[in-house]
Amino acid sequence: MSIFVDENTKVVYQGLTGSQGRFYGLRNRDYGTQVVAGTNPKKAGEEVDGIPIFANVADAVAATGANAACIFIPAPGVKDAVMDAAKGGVEFIVCITEGVPAHDEAWFFNKLKRDFPNVRLLGPNCPGIISPGKCNIGITAGEIAKPGGPVGIVSRSGTLTYQALYELKLQDIGVTTCVGIGGDPVPGTSFIDCLEAFEADPDTKAVMMIGEIGGSAEEEAAEFIKNKMTKPVVSYVAGVTAPPGKKMGHAGAIVSGGKGTAAAKMEALEAAGVRVGKNPTEAGELMVQVVREHGWA
Amino acid sequence: MDLLEYQGKQFFAQFGIPVSDGRPVTTVDEAVAAAEAVGYPVVVKAQVHAGGRGKAGGVKLATNADEVREHAGNILGLDIKGHITRILWIEHASDIAEEYYASFTLDRSAKKHLGMLSAEGGVEIEQVAVDNPDAIAKIWIDPVDGLSEDQCRQWVKAAKLNPSAEDGAVALLLKLYRAYNEGDADLAEINPLIVKTDGQVHALDAKVTLDNNAEYRHEWAEYEATQVRDEREQAAHAKGLQYVGLDGDVGVIANGAGLAMSTLDVVNQAGGKPANFLDIGGGANAEVMAGALQVINDDPNVKSIFINIFGGITRGEEVAKGIIGALEMVDISAPIVIRLDGTNAEEGRALLAPHLSEKLVSKPTMLEAAAAAVELAKKN
Repeated sequence: MSIFVDENTKVVYQGLTGSQGRFYGLRNRDYGTQVVAGTNPKKAGEEVDGIPIFANVADAVAATGANAACIFIPAPGVKDAVMDAAKGGVEFIVCITEGVPAHDEAWFFNKLKRDFPNVRLLGPNCPGIISPGKCNIGITAGEIAKPGGPVGIVSRSGTLTYQALYELKLQDIGVTTCVGIGGDPVPGTSFIDCLEAFEADPDTKAVMMIGEIGGSAEEEAAEFIKNKMTKPVVSYVAGVTAPPGKKMGHAGAIVSGGKGTAAAKMEALEAAGVRVGKNPTEAGELMVQVVREHGWA
Repeated sequence: MDLLEYQGKQFFAQFGIPVSDGRPVTTVDEAVAAAEAVGYPVVVKAQVHAGGRGKAGGVKLATNADEVREHAGNILGLDIKGHITRILWIEHASDIAEEYYASFTLDRSAKKHLGMLSAEGGVEIEQVAVDNPDAIAKIWIDPVDGLSEDQCRQWVKAAKLNPSAEDGAVALLLKLYRAYNEGDADLAEINPLIVKTDGQVHALDAKVTLDNNAEYRHEWAEYEATQVRDEREQAAHAKGLQYVGLDGDVGVIANGAGLAMSTLDVVNQAGGKPANFLDIGGGANAEVMAGALQVINDDPNVKSIFINIFGGITRGEEVAKGIIGALEMVDISAPIVIRLDGTNAEEGRALLAPHLSEKLVSKPTMLEAAAAAVELAKKN
């Protein structure tokens, strides 16, 4: 099994007629993803390489049965695109677009939670999600992932996600689902959402979690792992030696209260029983060890 | 993007928040003219992107033209935590009865906006947060609803401000929330928020950080003009590269912010010091690579260069062609270590093979490449 997306996921691409949307939409289709529709209010009735274009997500859902949306719309249009997808009736929205204003993100995160509680948003500013062999939505290169299991991956960073997928593939270890949650201030889907789903997925036996400096998402995930997870977790946090970020006045210091550094995150994760690698390679090796110890692959 | 104090005050003033009458100036003569215009006594304040200006001697009271001349002369050019003062803000001095603290920022954990208000304002607010957290009244605001007047009043009551200042504080904080929200600020902070002896509530300072992602819907060119970057950062910024200057001697180029941060980690773990953080983004074509190498090459501290590329969408041979093309465009002085991995990495390494030399080394893994780059930096 896998989490959030599988072979039954039918995806409508918002912005399929743009250069990025077209490139990745067709690439995802080549991978095997059911790319059933695109949207563009000015180009309804046209098609992109055989994929029909509709004016909005509601029309696309009605005509094709799409149950997921992928957004490749420039940042100024993302807020409207997210709401168009939610109103259109899909249950999963992946927003690849980077550079979305934080106030917009905070607004549509809370709006979805209130008016569309069953809709899951992934991103913005994320590489997307791949359940290898079944469905790839976004910009991840599908060929660097081995299908199957037993590992689930959740990551805040794009290239480090690819690195993790690739290192596991070299060791002939498969992945159930790899979720890139993105590094923006208000991610639609959190580490905890993914950990919870992996914990419930019978084919995922262990989880690899890749974090970054800033915010407190890793510390919150550590708390969840300590209290709710039975499956082993291996982690890496990028930025142990990164230059300290700009200080956001007194308010930032008061809110963070010492959280946010890579050292604090690694400490919290280790205290929760997570095996933490000090670089991506070491984290990959730790994951391989866990899998081999249990005879999962 | 961080605003200077005077820009923050101008930003606040657009939303009707009461601030002191003042003028930004860059010379002593202009400072005197500004003081005459706003009326004595005035405060002469250094405008730099750094805190602790008062302790560094960058904030002085002046009651006449001679004093303005003296203070302005001393503060212009003053080094405050590595920031040289080039702009002064001359404002009419306020008669202060009370000093409070107020701010709005995003609480990333709660995914809501957070307002903080305290009757114990002033420079030691972070200490107040540690010693007496109850002295800071907090309010979480749902971005969909915004901040209502009733909520705002309850929040002000919870902060136990002087009751006579309540109405003024509510009015100001509602405007501050609008400035924070409609103005696309990551942070809008007033410390101190003062009550004047005449009872008026007034923003005596302004700390504003704007969200660069929202620049397309605002007019921020004026703020952009006063941003201070080091020369290397300026050059990289002009090429559209994500660059942060550091003080080591191993130049770093990587694709993706996470991998770039990771590269700094492994350089440190190998016993070296990175000269910079440089993310060239997901792709890695010759032009971008050449631009990145140019920026690194212009840094006199760089003794070796570590190019760390993981091919995902961009395949290994494209990355290799990019590097070879870049080497033809730029004459590089320091030796380069390349780690190329991911999709079609072997094809990429095969393309690089005929170009390899003492000055261009290829290593299969990130850790080996880091060790080689650190060793080369030490040798040079």
